[in-house]
Amino acid sequence: MLILAIDTSAVASAALLSDDAMESVVESFATEDTRSHAEVLAPGIQKLLGDAGVTGADIDAVVTGVGPGPFTGLRSGIATARTLAFVWGKPLHGLMSLDAIALEVAESTSAAPEFLVVTDARRKEVYWARYTLTDGQLPRLADGPHVGFATELPDLPAFGAGAGLYSSVLRADEDFSTRQPDAVSLGQLALARLSAGESLLDSTPLYLRESDAQVPGPRKRAL
Amino acid sequence: MTPVNTSQPLVLGIESSCDETGVGIVRGTTLLANTVSSSMDEHVRFGGVIPEIASRAHLDAFVPTMKQALAEAGVELDDIDAIAVTSGPGLAGALMVGVCAAKALAVATGKPLYAINHLVAHVGVGLLGQDGELQDDLGALLVSGGHTEILRIRSIVDDVELLGSTIDDAAGEAYDKTARILGLGYPGGPAIDKVAKNGNAKAIRFPRGLTQPKYMGTAEEPGPHRYDWSFSGLKTAVARCVEQFEAQGEEVPVADIAAAFQEAVADVITSKAVLACRENGIKHVLLGGGVAANSRLRELTEQRCRAAGITLEVPPLSLCTDNGAMVAALGAQLIMAGIEPSGVTFAPDSSMPVTSVSLAGSAA
Ligand SMILES: [Zn+2]
Repeated sequence: MLILAIDTSAVASAALLSDDAMESVVESFATEDTRSHAEVLAPGIQKLLGDAGVTGADIDAVVTGVGPGPFTGLRSGIATARTLAFVWGKPLHGLMSLDAIALEVAESTSAAPEFLVVTDARRKEVYWARYTLTDGQLPRLADGPHVGFATELPDLPAFGAGAGLYSSVLRADEDFSTRQPDAVSLGQLALARLSAGESLLDSTPLYLRESDAQVPGPRKRAL
Repeated sequence: MTPVNTSQPLVLGIESSCDETGVGIVRGTTLLANTVSSSMDEHVRFGGVIPEIASRAHLDAFVPTMKQALAEAGVELDDIDAIAVTSGPGLAGALMVGVCAAKALAVATGKPLYAINHLVAHVGVGLLGQDGELQDDLGALLVSGGHTEILRIRSIVDDVELLGSTIDDAAGEAYDKTARILGLGYPGGPAIDKVAKNGNAKAIRFPRGLTQPKYMGTAEEPGPHRYDWSFSGLKTAVARCVEQFEAQGEEVPVADIAAAFQEAVADVITSKAVLACRENGIKHVLLGGGVAANSRLRELTEQRCRAAGITLEVPPLSLCTDNGAMVAALGAQLIMAGIEPSGVTFAPDSSMPVTSVSLAGSAA
């Protein structure tokens, strides 16, 4: 099975993954930047396909991170994934973006039976989720995703760039203190779950916040 | 990449600069499909377009809108020669959705992509259904919720000049805000137009922005805003007027205020537009934007253009409001003129100037 995974919940990233490849990764790219997704994502995917010598016909499914993440960036990846899947006529799956970091935690020496994944939600808040881990299994989402203040999170080991940002109030793991969700891990998790016969999410974005718009109150009358 | 049909190119156009998700398909100057999904209903309770709500709606509307346009046109994506997308000006987050979708479409199909100026596309729509070229001495008056501009078009593919524009609110925004003050609901344009029919426009006189001599100057020595508009003072004047009636315990004459407001808007837009045309040798004017549906604006534009010896063209309303067909129409013009595509590395530009009709491809 060959899949194209995309995640733009923080940085812009895409990866081609196949169960035939080493560590499943055929090709991948990621930017450092969290604000230029609309420019870099399409050329990045174009190059990815070209370098791998792959066309849409060869791809079995498109997977997109559905957040949570800053809205405009998040939509870039989902709009891209939806369009590619439509044009190629391939199935489209969604995965919660924080799951990407959870998989990396599970595969690291810092793995704990229960832990948090935390990313930056801007406006002094974080996106977070709680995971449980049993030896030899994929991490399982136990609670979340949520958006809130770092001070309000459960007292558990915390992984990801959001934990690094608020390391004074969280039990932030140093090795993960700048880690952002990435299409490689997201794609690896998608491959594992799909081959285990599990179903994934659809591509509905997890905004977690309403738009800031206020319904205007009635106009004050003079007098 | 297969060579593009440059005589009658089949172009798919994508529009997402404000609250309409539009996908249009044209062959040369023939309109094949014009599908629009609007999030207007979701903005009603806010009394104006909320960018984040519009962006969310674009994301969900894009693929279904494109599917419907393809079905309406009876073509397959494979048949398309090129893709065109609005890259600006417009709401940044909203533009982003259309641009990302268009780029993905270009990557997935291998078709060339043109990044197109929304304002110039409003003019390009005037070419649909015509076999020839645009008139010489052409101007365009664009009035909508997002913009108020007078343009001079020497060549639609590479020579467009902004003669004047609003320096604050767009005319449509002024309608929305005034309608809210008068309790007439959203969108303000049709609401005020309807109520104004029962009012006396001469009962109250509202200010015409930027018409004092210091802004106007003379034809020889034009002032700083000779062809520009301002509507924020007008909105304030309406609010003051309503407050005065209320303070005196009188009933607010909503119909008269609506009529007087509408008269002030139509008067200042048309007088400045016609002045810009006369002083710049413009003989033909194309009216674009959703406010073209406004009965008084249309009537006064027709009347004053006629008096000045200017011919006026008003496309059907479905092509005046924001749509994908206008983007496709301009894309087809660019292809027929041999302009190079934009590639997939460009960034949307929320304040894209009209001098940039389409974005040049990067050398990479
Ligand atoms: Zn427009």
